[in-house]
Amino acid sequence: MLLKLTCLVPLFPLIGSIINGFFGLKIGKNAVGLIACGSMALSFLTSILIYIGYLMLPEGQHIFEQVVWTWFGAGDFSVDFGFQIDPLTLVMMFVVTGVGFIIHVYSIGYMHEEYSYYRFFAYFNLFASAMLLLVMGNNFLLMFIGWEGVGCCSYFLIGYYFEKKSACDAGTKAFVVNRVGDFAFLLAVMYIFNVFGTIDFSDVMHAAPDKLIYGGEIVTIITMLLFVGATGKSAQIPLYTWLPDAMEGPTPVSALIHAATMVTAGVYMVVRCSALFNLSPMTMMVVAGIGGLTAIMAATIGMAQYDIKRVLAYSTVSQIGYMFLACGVGAYTAAIFHLVTHAFFKACLFLGSGSVIHGINGEQDMRNMGGLKSQMPVTYWTFLVSTLAIAGIFPLSGFFSKDEILYHSLMDGNIIFWGMGVSAAMLTAFYMFRLVFMTFHGESRVDPSVHPHESPKVMTMPLVALAGLATVGGLLGIPLFHGWHILHNWLEPVLHFDLAHALHQSEHMLHEAGRHAPSWAHLLTPKEHNLWIEVMLMVFSLGIAITGIFGAYMFYIKRPDLPDKVTKGQWGYDLVQNKYYIDELYDESIVQPTVEGSKLLWKECDAKAIDGAVNGTAKTIGWFSRQAQVFQSGFVRNYALFIVVGFISLLLVMF
Amino acid sequence: MLEDTVPLSHYLMLSATLFVIGIVGVLIRRNVIVVFMSIEVMLNAVNISLIAFDNYMNLSSGQIFSFMVMCVAAAEVSVGLAIIISMHRNKPTVNLDEFNLLKW
Repeated sequence: MLLKLTCLVPLFPLIGSIINGFFGLKIGKNAVGLIACGSMALSFLTSILIYIGYLMLPEGQHIFEQVVWTWFGAGDFSVDFGFQIDPLTLVMMFVVTGVGFIIHVYSIGYMHEEYSYYRFFAYFNLFASAMLLLVMGNNFLLMFIGWEGVGCCSYFLIGYYFEKKSACDAGTKAFVVNRVGDFAFLLAVMYIFNVFGTIDFSDVMHAAPDKLIYGGEIVTIITMLLFVGATGKSAQIPLYTWLPDAMEGPTPVSALIHAATMVTAGVYMVVRCSALFNLSPMTMMVVAGIGGLTAIMAATIGMAQYDIKRVLAYSTVSQIGYMFLACGVGAYTAAIFHLVTHAFFKACLFLGSGSVIHGINGEQDMRNMGGLKSQMPVTYWTFLVSTLAIAGIFPLSGFFSKDEILYHSLMDGNIIFWGMGVSAAMLTAFYMFRLVFMTFHGESRVDPSVHPHESPKVMTMPLVALAGLATVGGLLGIPLFHGWHILHNWLEPVLHFDLAHALHQSEHMLHEAGRHAPSWAHLLTPKEHNLWIEVMLMVFSLGIAITGIFGAYMFYIKRPDLPDKVTKGQWGYDLVQNKYYIDELYDESIVQPTVEGSKLLWKECDAKAIDGAVNGTAKTIGWFSRQAQVFQSGFVRNYALFIVVGFISLLLVMF
Repeated sequence: MLEDTVPLSHYLMLSATLFVIGIVGVLIRRNVIVVFMSIEVMLNAVNISLIAFDNYMNLSSGQIFSFMVMCVAAAEVSVGLAIIISMHRNKPTVNLDEFNLLKW
């Protein structure tokens, strides 16, 4: 049984991490790199074997669960340390191990000059292990372990250059902001346990339509809490501010953790819990709204940033916003599709930017780049391919996934969501090509003392591989023009949701509670798939993307003086360049009051009240001791007197 | 035999008087030797009452116990005098008010 290998997948990176973490300094750089990449490769190969095993499952069985041991039990409640293999997990496993492996290989080249090379790979492998645990766990609590594990590794790796204060601060910020979401997630898990009495995914999802009323308060609270958890991990409004700062970490970290895998954990979680989300139209509306809003907002900020990695960070925030938009309108397949293609092209973009930074000795400001096209041909071409993919140019992967999201946001959502998606698409094309033009085209503004050079093969080969994936990744979801495609059919067992059955159950439950069920008949009208609308939308979004690219071309190639003229003194530009002052707002409204409040508690409550109580007790006892001190004069005759007095008083008391 | 001549209460009165003399001696005298002697007086006062009760009750355990007290007193004297000598070596006096070491 190939599926028996399941538990090995997260185990390999964990072992690699332990070896590298404890013995990394002794075994030397080559061995560290070999172990790190080797463990990822083994994980990937095992995933393939598991995939084959999954295909051999008997007809009708769509889920395989492997319980390694029972983690803990209390009464009739028990939590297993178990894994589940279903189509969604398999997709995520391939993304994590595949893209993870490529980025590990790249890191060998990128991190080669580092002294604490082994520390980096130990954390990196640990991250991969935690991420696999997150996507493979068969219950909420195990997912939470992975969820916290990746957050922890993210903190370690953002603060990798710990001697830099900004890196430490960024790590702390990421951790603290994530805690907000994690807490909501934990509350959701508790609530789910309260309602269902179990936290196994398959049990909860199966029982959801029978236990929760469609649109009821309970399901809305649960899904809202889950979504808050997702906004923390996936950097959505209002908890997105940590992601751009997280770019303080080494570039491969940004590629793997802050673009391809960890930040998409929120999307994975929402899709995993789709059975719950489907029951709450209100949450769905909020998810779509927040997603769309984040997509636009982050894209506008990305237009005015100069740090090459920050532009990509905002781009990531924006693209994840897309995924949530898709979730919110019920197009979970589109969300996962975009997650996969995004992992390919965004990892490639980040690694490309790392290659650029590597080639010009650590410079990150795009104003000090330019004209690197000829010096870094491989980086340039792979970067260009990925940029075309993210901009949504036919026939690259981003075109299909983005188009699918836009189609569903119009058909299953409404025109506002679609408008958000389309404007974000145009902005994406604009800022991505602004990045390409500023970095690779035009006059060189590189410091003359630096000689730009192409990166070594160990770094360029991963770029080529990812660019290749970014090109063909769209094949997964090429529309078959009867509405759905390969990925959708593949994920169907996970996402299957019988709305009519759920509504029927809800009516029944409401009826038993003596309440009147609202009319849900209009929800059940089947939506027609309109081929013409889809084709027209494709052409339209292609046009939108080309408009964005053309705009960037006009601004940054044709008339390089234009951006300054247009933006000078514009309050809108200042607003965008300063990221809508959201960081300042949070600082003023949350961070500073917390700090001030803590100081108040420290000085008034802790130093005065608590310390006062403790010291006061000691002082009181000390005072009594001093009073009693006179009795202990040290003169024998005094003591004898006390004995006599005591004896006499005893006699008096007794008689 | 004794009870015909001297009643028990007289012995007890004698014992109590000697005991109080001992107490007063311990409390008011400063010379450590005298204090020590006063303690001996108190011990012997107790001995008197032990023997008196013994005779009155027609038992022998009181007499045995008074020997016990004498033994302890002898042991105490040997240890106590040794302590007094070492005190005197440290300070050229045996005045108790010069010694207040018995405190923390």
